[in-house]
Amino acid sequence: MKRYLKAASLVVTSLVMVGMLAGCGGSKEAAKPADKPAESAKQMTVGIALSTLNNPFFVDMRDGAQAAADKMGAKLVVMDAQDDASKQVSQVENLIQQKVDIILLNPTDSDGLVTAVKDANKANIPVVTLDRSVSGGDVVSHIASDNVAGGKLAADFVVKSLNGKGKVAELEGIAGTSAARDRGQGFHSLIDNEKDIKVAAKQPADFNRSKGMTVMENILQSQPDIQAVFCHNDEMALGALQALQAAKKNVILVGFDGGADAVKAVQDGKMSATVAQQPKLIGEMGLQTAEKVVKKEKVESKIPVALKLITKQ
Amino acid sequence: MKDLLQKLRRNGMGPLIGLALICIALTLLSDRFFSASNILNIARQVSINTLLAVGMTFVIISGGIDLSVGSILAFAGALAAGALASGMDTGIVLLYACLIGLAGGALNGLLIAYGRIAPFVATLGTMTLFRGATLIYTEGRPVRAVEEGFNALGGGYLGPIPTPVVITAVMVFLAWFVLNRMTVGRRVFAIGGNEEAAVLSGIKSTYSKIFVYAVSGLMCGLAGAILTSRLMSAQPTAGAGYELDAIAAVVLGGTSLSGGQGGVLGTLIGALIIGVLDNGLNILNVSSFYQQAVKGIVILIAVLLDRRNAARG
Repeated sequence: MKRYLKAASLVVTSLVMVGMLAGCGGSKEAAKPADKPAESAKQMTVGIALSTLNNPFFVDMRDGAQAAADKMGAKLVVMDAQDDASKQVSQVENLIQQKVDIILLNPTDSDGLVTAVKDANKANIPVVTLDRSVSGGDVVSHIASDNVAGGKLAADFVVKSLNGKGKVAELEGIAGTSAARDRGQGFHSLIDNEKDIKVAAKQPADFNRSKGMTVMENILQSQPDIQAVFCHNDEMALGALQALQAAKKNVILVGFDGGADAVKAVQDGKMSATVAQQPKLIGEMGLQTAEKVVKKEKVESKIPVALKLITKQ
Repeated sequence: MKDLLQKLRRNGMGPLIGLALICIALTLLSDRFFSASNILNIARQVSINTLLAVGMTFVIISGGIDLSVGSILAFAGALAAGALASGMDTGIVLLYACLIGLAGGALNGLLIAYGRIAPFVATLGTMTLFRGATLIYTEGRPVRAVEEGFNALGGGYLGPIPTPVVITAVMVFLAWFVLNRMTVGRRVFAIGGNEEAAVLSGIKSTYSKIFVYAVSGLMCGLAGAILTSRLMSAQPTAGAGYELDAIAAVVLGGTSLSGGQGGVLGTLIGALIIGVLDNGLNILNVSSFYQQAVKGIVILIAVLLDRRNAARG
C-alpha cells in the first residue's frame, strides 16, 4: 500500500507541474483580451492550425495573426502539427471540440487534411486555408501568396543576373506541396524559354536547411560550374549558402519567403535575392477574413497576397 | 472480471491512478474536456498509437525493442493505397496491408533470431530500409486513397463508436488473451525474463522471437491501413517518430524495458495517458513547445517509478 501511496504522490506532483505549465501557457493568451472589457460581450474565437512552428515563416504567420487578433479583441487558439498530417487532423478535431467560431488551416498536406475539413463542415465551423490549399471539403476562402508569380520573379532575376547565359541549379521543396509545385512551375515557365540557360541540377531538399546544405554539397560534386541557384524557400537557400561558402563558390543564390535570416544574408551580400512572401500579412489577412466570415459578410474564394523581390539595393 | 482486476493490481495501479488524476485535473481546468464527443474523439486519436504500442508490448516483454514500427506502418499504408488505386477490393486491401506488416515484422524476427543481430540494431536497419522503400514506391508524394468503403475503415462509425476504436478494442482483447491465456504468451514472458533458463527448459526462443516481431509488424500493417483510410491518402513520411510514442505508451503502462513483465492493459492506459495529455493540453491552448516538455516529464516520472518498483523487486 505504501508503495502505491508513494507512486500516487509522485503522479500528483507531476500533475501540479502540468497544471502550472498549463496555467502559464493559457493565462498569457487569456489576459490580453480581458484588458478590453468593452469587447468581451461576444468575443470571437479563432482556431489556427499550423503545419509547423519549427520554421520562422510559420512563426511570423502566427505573430501576424496574433497581432491582428489582439487588435480586434478576438481569442486565438494556436495548434502546431509539427509537419505530421495525422497529428494535424487530431488538432482540427480538437478545435471542433472546443467549438471555435472559425478555423484557419495551414495544411501539412493537401490530401491528408480533407477529412478534417469535412468534419469541420459537418460541425458548421467555417474553414479558411492559409498558404497551402486542401484538395476537398468546403473551404470559404484560400489566402496565399501567388507562388507562380513568385517563381517567375525569381526566374526573371536569375536571367537578368546571368545576362541570359549559364548553368542553374534548383533546390525543390517537399514534393506534393502546392508551394513547391507552383514555385517550380513559375520558375520553369520563364527559365525554360531561355535557350542559353540550362537547369543542370534539380533536387528536392524538403524546405529544410540541413538538407539544403547536403543536397547543395552533392550538386557541387557533380556540377562544380553552377552559376546560379534557385531554392524554393529561404531555409534551403541558407543551407545551400553554407555549402557554397565551404566550397568557396560565389554564385547567384535566390531564396523564397523573405524570412529575417535570409533578408539579412541578402543585405550582407551573401545571398543575391529572396522572393519575399509576407507571412505576417497572410496571418493578419487570415484574421480579417475570419472576422468577415463570422459576421456573415461576403469574402473572395481566393485572396492573393503580394510578393516582392528583395535585393541588396 | 475479478481476475482482470487482480492482474491490474499486480501490474501496479500507478498508471491507472495517474490517468484518472490527469482526467480529473483536465475536467477541472476546462469545461470542454469531459464530454461524450471529446471522449470518443480521444479514443479515435489514440487508436493508432495503441495498436503500435500493443505490438511493442509483446516485443518489449520478450526483452527486445522495435524501432521500425513507424516505417512499416508507412510502407504498408502506401502499398495499400496503391493497391486500392489499382482497383483491389476494400476488404482485401485491409488484409493485404496486414500481411505486408506481418511480413515486415517477420523479417525483423528472422534477423534477430537467426541473424543474431541485437534488436535495436536490426530494427534500426529495417526502419531505414522500409522508409526508403516507401519513398521509392511513392516517389516522395502522398498516394491518394479515396474509396468510400475503404475510407469508412478509419473515418466511419459502428453505432456511435468510431470504427478504429472498435478495431483497437478487439485487438487489445485478442492481444491480452494471447499473452496471458495461451502457451505462446507464457513463452514470451519466459524468454524476456531469463532467456537462458527458458531455452534450458525447452522453449525454442527463435520461434518466440519471430512471433513477437511478427505481431508487432501485423499491428503496424493494420494501423497503416487505418491511418491511410483516415487521411484518405498515404503519406510517405507517415509514422515518423511513432516508435517513440509507442515505446512511451508501453513504459507508461508499467511494462519494464528490461523484459519479462508487463501487459497490454497497462499499455492501453499508457497510450490513453499520452492521448489525453495531447488532447487536454490542446484544449487548454498550451503552446506546443510546452506540450512536448510536459510529455517528457510525464515519461521520466513513469520510468522513475518503474525503477523504484524494480529495485524493490
